[in-house]
Amino acid sequence: MRRWPAWAWVAFLASIPLWVRNQYYLHVLINTGIFAVAAMSLNLLLGYTGQLSLGHVAFFGIGAYTSALVSLGFDLQLAAGYTFVFEPRPVWLGFLAGVAVAGLFGWLIGKLSFRVRGAYFVIVTVSFAEVVKLVALNWVDLTEGPMALNNIPPVTLSLPGLGELTFWKKEPNYYLVLAVCLLSYAVIRRLVQSRAGRAFIALRENEALAESVGVDVTRFLVLAAVISAAIAGAAGGLYAHYIKIVDPDIFLFIYTVVMVIMVVTGGKGTLLGPVVGAVIFGILPEILREVARPEVQWIIYGFIMILIVFFLPEGIVPAAASWRKARAASASPLGAAGERA
Amino acid sequence: MLVVEGLVCRYGKVNAVRELSLRVEEGELVTLIGANGAGKTTTLKAISGLLRPAAGRIVFEGAEIQAASPRAILGRGIAHCPEGRRVFPYLTVQENLEMGSYLRRDPAGAAEDMGRIFRRFPVLEERRRQAAGTLSGGEQQMLAIGRALMSRPRLILFDEPSLGLAPNLVETTFDIIREIRNQGVTVLMVEQNAYAALEMADRSYLIEAGAVALEGRGRELLGNPYVKQAYLGG
Repeated sequence: MRRWPAWAWVAFLASIPLWVRNQYYLHVLINTGIFAVAAMSLNLLLGYTGQLSLGHVAFFGIGAYTSALVSLGFDLQLAAGYTFVFEPRPVWLGFLAGVAVAGLFGWLIGKLSFRVRGAYFVIVTVSFAEVVKLVALNWVDLTEGPMALNNIPPVTLSLPGLGELTFWKKEPNYYLVLAVCLLSYAVIRRLVQSRAGRAFIALRENEALAESVGVDVTRFLVLAAVISAAIAGAAGGLYAHYIKIVDPDIFLFIYTVVMVIMVVTGGKGTLLGPVVGAVIFGILPEILREVARPEVQWIIYGFIMILIVFFLPEGIVPAAASWRKARAASASPLGAAGERA
Repeated sequence: MLVVEGLVCRYGKVNAVRELSLRVEEGELVTLIGANGAGKTTTLKAISGLLRPAAGRIVFEGAEIQAASPRAILGRGIAHCPEGRRVFPYLTVQENLEMGSYLRRDPAGAAEDMGRIFRRFPVLEERRRQAAGTLSGGEQQMLAIGRALMSRPRLILFDEPSLGLAPNLVETTFDIIREIRNQGVTVLMVEQNAYAALEMADRSYLIEAGAVALEGRGRELLGNPYVKQAYLGG
């Protein structure tokens, strides 16, 4: 069994809308892609720096709300007689604003909590997500509260010579999500293979030692938090313009849990782990839906999760890598024992 | 080269180091001996900047460094080889060494130093692509020493280099440390094994309850009745 090269995977993924005509299947794949981006962003913090962001959905939601509000426009009564009017802007600008605002909050949370880190970071992120949810629920002037932001415009692309293309259909949205997935993957890969990535891993493994060789621990943690939050914001922006409605339920704790499950089962601290996890837990619910009621489905996920953690504690991707290595070692006379994958 | 004056370090309300003073001259091999909890490790951490002292001065080559960051102190030429978990287990041997030159801006010089370390410790070169966590205890110790050398320090702080090593490796480790000193790097070492620490040192400090109880040439302290009775088991 030979490994597919990266371009073959990309070509395969790009070909899917050509032979998958079922709109529902495409919808499932788009959702899976959005979750894959979110899981990759969480993995940067959880897998590479070892910090658990249990409020990661906050950055996702902030990206979604920001992108939706910028593209819908809004007005705010700031003082008696003065209303601030924000005209609707193009969707791509909203999307970038969502990425930027989520990144800004990542910086803020990182600065606030990484002086103490560990358990404190977990608590700060959980609280942060709850606070943001309350704001979204109660600042009705801006967010419409539980009435939700409706009719969010889809992504529009103006192609020179071809006029405007508005992403109403599944196919263009699929390609958009695929593009953001690949871009996020490339950014994270570039980052973790750089000097900064080495620093992330070093401080995850032995913080005191990392500090003693001159790694500025707080600075790198904040950097990881900013990039992670910005990518989560991008996932939120994709979601907002695809689903076209955003309400405060986007901040539900369960979404963070789903991201953590994806990262842990796929393999935290590996580039492909969160993608594999997202594919499994993005598609599985849809398969199970036909045979099991929602409550039963959750029990089944829980069971799968326990099995994976029990038998493949490192996650699926590292387990597959060591299995592949063991096969290679037994096949070649020299062996690959001892070599690190 | 290094002067510590009136150093006080606290963990919460507990004074781990109280008014400790010591000095290390260029080219010396100085050891700190004393019981567990006497404040030896804390002193090293304060010197390398991992711990902010509550009071006192630390002067390295004429500059006060007690308030400097670990990065700044490393940049001035003090490397710290901490006790316990000495390497980054999931990074390869080569990546561990590269972490040692993290602050250096001269890749050519760092590569040259890595070559020198590989020549001195051929086993590390054989295993350069292997995860450091898969090395034996002795190999990990060599890697930790190699990593400290990668910053091209003028002063190395060794914290319990013999801890957890098999007896034959303890001797090898001490030989390497002597060799480093003979190449002109000043060494300040904390060591539980009082006999070895006193025998190999130019000068030693006996630390008790966070302060210096005795100071002298290594061999002098070896013959000191109090040291003999309390630390050498005779």
